[in-house]
Amino acid sequence: MKEINELQTIATQVRRDILRMTTAAKSGHPGGSLGTTEWFTAMQFNLMDHDPAHFTMSGEGQDMLFVSQGHITPVIYSTMARRGFFPVSELATFRRFGTRLQGHPSTAHGLPGIRMASGSLGQGLSVGIGAALGKKMTGDKHLVYTMHGDGELEEGQIWEAVMFAGDKGVDNLIATIDYNRQQIDGSTDQVMDLGDLRAKFEAFKWKVVVIANGNDMQQVIDGMTQAKAMSGNGSPVAVILTTKMGYGVDFMQDTNKYHGAVLSDADLPRALAQLPETELKDY
Amino acid sequence: MKHYENKQSKELRSGFGAGLVEAGRNDSNVVALTADVCGSVKIDAFAKEFPDRFVQCGIAEANMIGIAAGLSLCGKIPFLGGFAEFVTGRVYDQIRQVVAYSNKNVKICGSHAGISLGEDGATHQTMEDIALMKALPNMTVLVPCDYNQARLATLAAARLNGPVYLRLGRSKMPNFTDDNDTFVIGKAQLLNEGTDVSIIACGHLVWEAIEAARALEAEGISAEVINMHTIKPLDTDAILATARKTRAIVTCEEHLFNGGLGDSVAQTLALHCPTPMEYVAVNDRFGESGTPDEMLTNYGLRATNIIDKVHAVLKRK
Repeated sequence: MKEINELQTIATQVRRDILRMTTAAKSGHPGGSLGTTEWFTAMQFNLMDHDPAHFTMSGEGQDMLFVSQGHITPVIYSTMARRGFFPVSELATFRRFGTRLQGHPSTAHGLPGIRMASGSLGQGLSVGIGAALGKKMTGDKHLVYTMHGDGELEEGQIWEAVMFAGDKGVDNLIATIDYNRQQIDGSTDQVMDLGDLRAKFEAFKWKVVVIANGNDMQQVIDGMTQAKAMSGNGSPVAVILTTKMGYGVDFMQDTNKYHGAVLSDADLPRALAQLPETELKDY
Repeated sequence: MKHYENKQSKELRSGFGAGLVEAGRNDSNVVALTADVCGSVKIDAFAKEFPDRFVQCGIAEANMIGIAAGLSLCGKIPFLGGFAEFVTGRVYDQIRQVVAYSNKNVKICGSHAGISLGEDGATHQTMEDIALMKALPNMTVLVPCDYNQARLATLAAARLNGPVYLRLGRSKMPNFTDDNDTFVIGKAQLLNEGTDVSIIACGHLVWEAIEAARALEAEGISAEVINMHTIKPLDTDAILATARKTRAIVTCEEHLFNGGLGDSVAQTLALHCPTPMEYVAVNDRFGESGTPDEMLTNYGLRATNIIDKVHAVLKRK
């Protein structure tokens, strides 16, 4: 368990990792990664009951996390490494030939902490439901978490899964939506209006928690703690996590430009200057 | 010619249903899922006996694939059943990502496969499913030939740790194999030894191949009959052994030319033992409505069609 200021320090270091990894790889998805850094940091270090030293594919006796929008591997891998799933130095191999840190999460390369390939959008909620049902069948009281992009909610399979989980009362499942209202071709308002997300989930018999500022560490912890407290009562829980894509670097924020575009070698120092290296040190 | 008798025509999907109940009794980790076709794909007996191990997903096959993959993480052995078209073609990417690429212990059981589905028409008659499933790394593809073998294939699939596609038909078909046969995944079944030509068949066409071999015997042609119930991993040793022996091959399947058993056999022969070969399959077209018998006859999937292809290939020897 970390104090808030310790988590914030980790988040700053994670943001540096994200920028350095993607610029080095000349590819990747920094925007959504920067926006969800507080959430992943809080989940890895404080909220999830899991043990990086004893990772198992079955996740028995531990909480499980499935990140459905697998393109945000920079934040996934950085927070995993900083939490101790694998050496931080391995972040330098991101997207390189032969790496365990594939462009999108993969189980084929033996990276501890990854239980399912993801990135083909809309599938992680179904997988999470399956794992949650498996935990119920085996009497494991631990929770299953999923994470989704808001644009990803345009996939039809999401709503198959939302309908299923609500109807069957999969109450050991907490699904978080990264509500940054940006996607590749523009804002979600332009591409496909998400409408009233809370009302949509509630109509499918979910309970809903809204985190007004998902880039505020305390709000993330409070909101997710509330979601955990609401679990186990007959309904799945959705968390609408309001974030800013590209948060932490002023010229990367409030735009979808950096969804799948990386900083140039020239721009990288300008961004890193806004995120000074911490005592945790660069990889 | 070895004697084979149709003991009583039965549906392969029912053999799957019987095998699934047995698998469930053998291993408490076996679970079953369906998408609103519990009775049609014969999962109902399992659901009745093991209600806590049955998941009704509603009409949502994509979600069902993901749920099955998630269940497999927790040590469960999920068998998901649906119409073959809708648990393969409709959800190809889901299978690719969370079953095949993620290498999960999920069994995809597709009933109503092939043109013998009959009256429902081409929307439901998949003849591409073998091609789709065999293209996926990590995937095992099983096409049993009758009720008894469908039951044994189901039990074998439960014992194998990895993704499996099990192809099943809807209609009653001759049941002629022994119910206590040994079923080994990846090991072809030699049904009749012959010297002039080899007929390699799978699924419903195996019985037609036996009938063809009988008729050919009367003509003085000695046909070897091989039941290639596993399309992947393919028993290439069996193919090469029979090719070297008879120097003429006919493949038979209720599937398109493209991507089916014939293609797998042809690939093996081209690489290791070029041999004259003919296909009995459907060539690049969709099906239509009709009775199962009408469909098999009008689409050229009968013993008589096999005999014609045998004559053709023998001229090329």
